[in-house]
Amino acid sequence: MLCSNCKDKPATVHLTQIVGDKMQKLDLCEDCAKAKGVNDPGSFALADLMLGLGASQEIEQAGGGVETKCPRCGFTQADFKKSGRLGCPECYKTFAEGLEGLLKTMHKGTRHAGKVPEALRESREQADRLKLLQKKLDKAIKEENFEQAAQLRDELKQLAPRATGLTVT
Amino acid sequence: MDIHNFLISPAEAAQRHGPHDRIVMSSRVRLARNLKDAAFPGWAKKPERIRVLDWIRPAVESLPEMKDAFSEAMDNLSALDKQILVERHLISREHAAKSSGSGLVLNRDETFCVMINEEDHLRMQALRPGLQLRQAWSAIDRLDSELEKKLDYAFNNDLGYMTACPTNLGTGIRVSAMLHLPGLVLGDQINPIVQSVNKLGLAVRGLYGEGTEALGNVFQVSNQMTLGENEITIVERLDKVLSQIIEHEENARQTLLEKQPKVVYNHIGRAYGILANAHSISSKETMNLLSFMRLGVEMNLFPGTERSLVDELFILTQPAHLQRMLSDKLSAEERDLARADMLRERLKNVGRPVVKHFGPAGTGN
Repeated sequence: MLCSNCKDKPATVHLTQIVGDKMQKLDLCEDCAKAKGVNDPGSFALADLMLGLGASQEIEQAGGGVETKCPRCGFTQADFKKSGRLGCPECYKTFAEGLEGLLKTMHKGTRHAGKVPEALRESREQADRLKLLQKKLDKAIKEENFEQAAQLRDELKQLAPRATGLTVT
Repeated sequence: MDIHNFLISPAEAAQRHGPHDRIVMSSRVRLARNLKDAAFPGWAKKPERIRVLDWIRPAVESLPEMKDAFSEAMDNLSALDKQILVERHLISREHAAKSSGSGLVLNRDETFCVMINEEDHLRMQALRPGLQLRQAWSAIDRLDSELEKKLDYAFNNDLGYMTACPTNLGTGIRVSAMLHLPGLVLGDQINPIVQSVNKLGLAVRGLYGEGTEALGNVFQVSNQMTLGENEITIVERLDKVLSQIIEHEENARQTLLEKQPKVVYNHIGRAYGILANAHSISSKETMNLLSFMRLGVEMNLFPGTERSLVDELFILTQPAHLQRMLSDKLSAEERDLARADMLRERLKNVGRPVVKHFGPAGTGN
């Protein structure tokens, strides 16, 4: 892949930005990245960096589209672009679509694999079990394996009453 | 309570020891946590931030680890107090810029420091001298487990602990160590090391963290990724990388002494000469020269001088510490004069570096 700025050297610095409901990527070579001041991907203010990267048309596009707003705290995508930070925990749901790609480039995975607060441990395991059963059930139905599907449905039914009342996100 | 009466004195602080503290000055594990039903501090309005602070602060104070702790709202600390806390690496520069609606709880022996309403509602850190990442992790893990019983954290089954910045999402963990690497700097090996550490997904930063330069050959190494793997994996990867950096630094020092002793002695001799004789010296120059004196002490070039003297001066010569000691409001120029006075005084009984004899060309023995 060539640098999208000089179109000469190979791109080694890859930036991702969410504009509207779309994800946009920018690939730079080391020299251009340095020239643009993108030399420490650790101190992450991606939105800030992008603003300085002459991505004017992309920002215009975002401005023209309908802005998503967090129903819980009123935070908008423009605010995220400005600060690189979100408004409240609910924002992760509001902006989930755009964030997914960003999280992928930022982290080892997109699912939490570490500590869970003790009070939530059981409900999380329960949610995982339900999800797994549902997946198996969908597969069984798709494969027209109705005997197994019926069995899975019963298992789900058994688990589900205990799961209701929990907010499974 | 006055923060200055609370803080461990620089002399005592310099006496703290830990494994590999020739190279690893300190270890730190930080966890980011937020309350479920509140906006993150950067977006919350002031009344909400105050509400969150009033909710979190008593919970933190009630922890057994926080017995006799220093607990204060940031608006009750002066700019100088805050800067001193930054120079002690107890709070971030970002937190020092906060006032109303933010707070700080620091335990008696300065091994736990909790920032309230920094970038997240809670930034709790365990601090240890030397290389003690695992110990720091298990300490902060325990503190966090106690706190989760009192506070309702924002946690999502898929995304883990929710944080203001997506870069901290998941575990919310930042594992870091402060390293003194004069050998790698002098031996011109620091850049390839930094690059290979970066390739492993770890960040290398300067003395005061994000966006600061590596004054005094001090570097901070930390993890960047927080989602998709567990805390132990992150701690152990960093631990492994640090062991390798320690080995490289020790090798670099050894190689320099064997192959370029004159280069090493020149740096250390000049550092001593300036520090012990200057009449005006900036904080930055002081840091960089103290680094070489520290190296000299470790190479036994200053018999009778303890490393703790150098480490104490590392703390005392920083701008806010100096300002505080001299009480009057000083300009930068006046501080440079006062700093040089203090250094001459404190180093007056330290003799010139004692160098083993080498051939005239300085090519080694």
